[in-house]
Amino acid sequence: MLSRIADSMYWMNRYVERAENYARFMDVNFNLSLESAPDVKQQWKPLVDITGDWPLYESLYETVQKEKVIYFLGFDPQNPNSIYNSIIKARENARAIRPELTKEVWEQINHVYFLMKDGCKKKSWKNKDPRIFFNKVKEGCQLLYGIFTTTISRNDGWHFGKIGQLIERADKTSRVLDVKYHILLSTPNDIGSPLDLAQWAALLKSVSAYDMYRKKYGRLTTLNICEFLILDKVFPRSINFCLIQAGKSLNTITGLNDGYSNDAEKQLGKLKAQLQFVDIHDIFSDGLHEYIDDFQEKLNTISTAIYKSFFANKYVESNIKT
Amino acid sequence: MQRVSFRDYDVRGFYDEMFSGSEAVRPSYRLFKDFLEKTSWKKLKSLQHSTDRAQLSLGMTFNVYSDNQGVERILHLDIIPRIISGEKWDHLTKGLEQRIVALNLFIHDIYNAQKVIKDNIIPKDLVLSCASYLKQCIGLKPPKNVWSHISGTDLIRGGDGNFYVLEDNLRCPSGVSYMLENREILKRTFPEMFEQLKVRPVLDYSHCLRDMLESLTDFEGASIVVLTPGIYNSAYFEHAYLAQQMGAELVEGRDLVVQNGYVYMITTNGLQKVDVIYRRVDDAFIDPLVFNKNSLLGTPGLFEAYLKGNVVLVNAPGAGVADDKAVYAYIPRLIKYYLNEEAIIPNIKTHICSEEKDFKYVIENLENLVVKQTDGSGGYGMLIGPHATRAEIAEFKEKVKNNPRNYIAQPMISLSRVPTLCENEIQGRHVDLRPYILYGKEVRVIPGALTRVALKKGSLVVNSSQGGGSKDTWVLDN
Repeated sequence: MLSRIADSMYWMNRYVERAENYARFMDVNFNLSLESAPDVKQQWKPLVDITGDWPLYESLYETVQKEKVIYFLGFDPQNPNSIYNSIIKARENARAIRPELTKEVWEQINHVYFLMKDGCKKKSWKNKDPRIFFNKVKEGCQLLYGIFTTTISRNDGWHFGKIGQLIERADKTSRVLDVKYHILLSTPNDIGSPLDLAQWAALLKSVSAYDMYRKKYGRLTTLNICEFLILDKVFPRSINFCLIQAGKSLNTITGLNDGYSNDAEKQLGKLKAQLQFVDIHDIFSDGLHEYIDDFQEKLNTISTAIYKSFFANKYVESNIKT
Repeated sequence: MQRVSFRDYDVRGFYDEMFSGSEAVRPSYRLFKDFLEKTSWKKLKSLQHSTDRAQLSLGMTFNVYSDNQGVERILHLDIIPRIISGEKWDHLTKGLEQRIVALNLFIHDIYNAQKVIKDNIIPKDLVLSCASYLKQCIGLKPPKNVWSHISGTDLIRGGDGNFYVLEDNLRCPSGVSYMLENREILKRTFPEMFEQLKVRPVLDYSHCLRDMLESLTDFEGASIVVLTPGIYNSAYFEHAYLAQQMGAELVEGRDLVVQNGYVYMITTNGLQKVDVIYRRVDDAFIDPLVFNKNSLLGTPGLFEAYLKGNVVLVNAPGAGVADDKAVYAYIPRLIKYYLNEEAIIPNIKTHICSEEKDFKYVIENLENLVVKQTDGSGGYGMLIGPHATRAEIAEFKEKVKNNPRNYIAQPMISLSRVPTLCENEIQGRHVDLRPYILYGKEVRVIPGALTRVALKKGSLVVNSSQGGGSKDTWVLDN
């Protein structure tokens, strides 16, 4: 398959996943803020923190306010990662590979795109409950996954798309986990308190993990929740699951069962192995936040390796010679 | 319930495609008119509304050059079709076949023996000064000696009810995807009409296109690609659409690389050879080594690979020499010269500003003429004398004086009108007609066309970039 098309497939899926996850972030913060004690101020800065775009926010806005944060993460054309920009870029990539997609996939991408445009026009960030809008975005993206799954052939394009989606999802699950690090509890004594656990529950719900978690562990504990979201092998949003599946897609593309044939496979294999041979106590003794930081860095390395192994034009030199 | 009515429909002043007088409906429109009159106004409006929505969700959008990047518009599709009788169509088909054969003989002659110049049929200077004339193509013999495989000819119908050729598009004519998608949409809008009217199908265009492209190589299983400038090009929707319909790869210049004289696609799995390129990139941009050095859209070495016969470019570079608007004036004479036939579809009378007598006439009569740039397209760079301000006329007078070779002038033609759905009633709007012609082993004219309609009342400019819309064109069976 054309390198450029593989690249666009990968990014189209990443951007859709990103848009959906940002919509989830809005939800988690709303839920957290609703669960917090009456005397605790609503916290919107952590939401910007976990996206990694705090420096940009700071340069654009003087104060942290609910409406501004919602605008910044959802609608702001100046924020390259806002839902608005993710959807625009997802559609732009889809347009570039239109012949690879089915009519149904293309129409659903357009649907989400027009939904977003409409939200901008109607200034949906000013709504009393913006969650309604973000829910529509989330559902629009989920419908897209469904149509994608049921209409696209399992060719290389599909697998590149899948890898993009899974890497983005792993990244975002890790960031959701990290939100707890950034949320300020009133005192250290609050750790393990009902408030603390309520926040963890809200967080689980934000990644649709609450029900599956309850089924497996029953009781809510910090340790188990982290174990579930990082290491679970069968929950589809856990970091480990995402990497295992991404590895399978990568192997399908290269036709390799074991070892590695390029840097992308090597880097992904290393990170997979690291997750396979670690338990949650190891992670906590190193510090959860530090672990997640390190994980995100390695995920970036994988992304770069995928670019270099499959998408980059290695023929520029010969181009000139002809 | 308010029904659709033509009681106040104004047919005066122009050839109307539906009515031959204030009461008399033309035979090809009889059934459709009866159907409309049984339809409620509200229903008709809601059908139009669903059409708009269908276009949006299909992503049938185009970018307008003068707008900011990323501004997309839909080409408004008016649901009232343009209907042409089978008899009229068959006549047009003969004329289009004749014309494209003659034009290809002309292009081949110009780049090879130049007999037409030696026999004093057309002035040498006029041909060699065409913006689209490429000296790099001298001596070139493309497969089957065909240069313009895919063309679209703009026809108009004058006040006398006759069709005329307005211009030829021999390079990258666009709009065929709208012909195909408009039909798909209208089949949903008026299914009962298709049952009753025996409209000739256009469905197999993409198959014919693929067959034609495959016929240009001598072996089975040729790898065919569509080359696009990318998603910001105004016709990108069409490029993607055609690639998808033909099952061809849609590539950009940066996806291709030339090695040892062959063209390859860059894939995740290494290089893959390309045999036929349906390119929607202009001549000047296909290869920075030969043409525009700053082109980022092209592939270095592509032209050389083409000259070596290792890849087929469709259409052939240099074909545009025959759709220069100054050459246009000579086409009836070219048809006579090459085929010894009279032109079946006539030209519009054309004044060539580089010829002294014509120049004088044009300068003195600008306010009555339509002046066009000889290498222009898309409705840009033209003056419609009767509608222009004094300042615009003065400005054009200077332009023509400074560079007469760059301009031609024609009398103003009152384009025919087709009933069109407007805000509160149905009114006549001016239209043209662009049929599409494929030329590989043989010439094929698809029984359908893009009818472009000037949506603004009284306007004669049908170009999509200038506020035009489109209509589905129904060619009836005999």
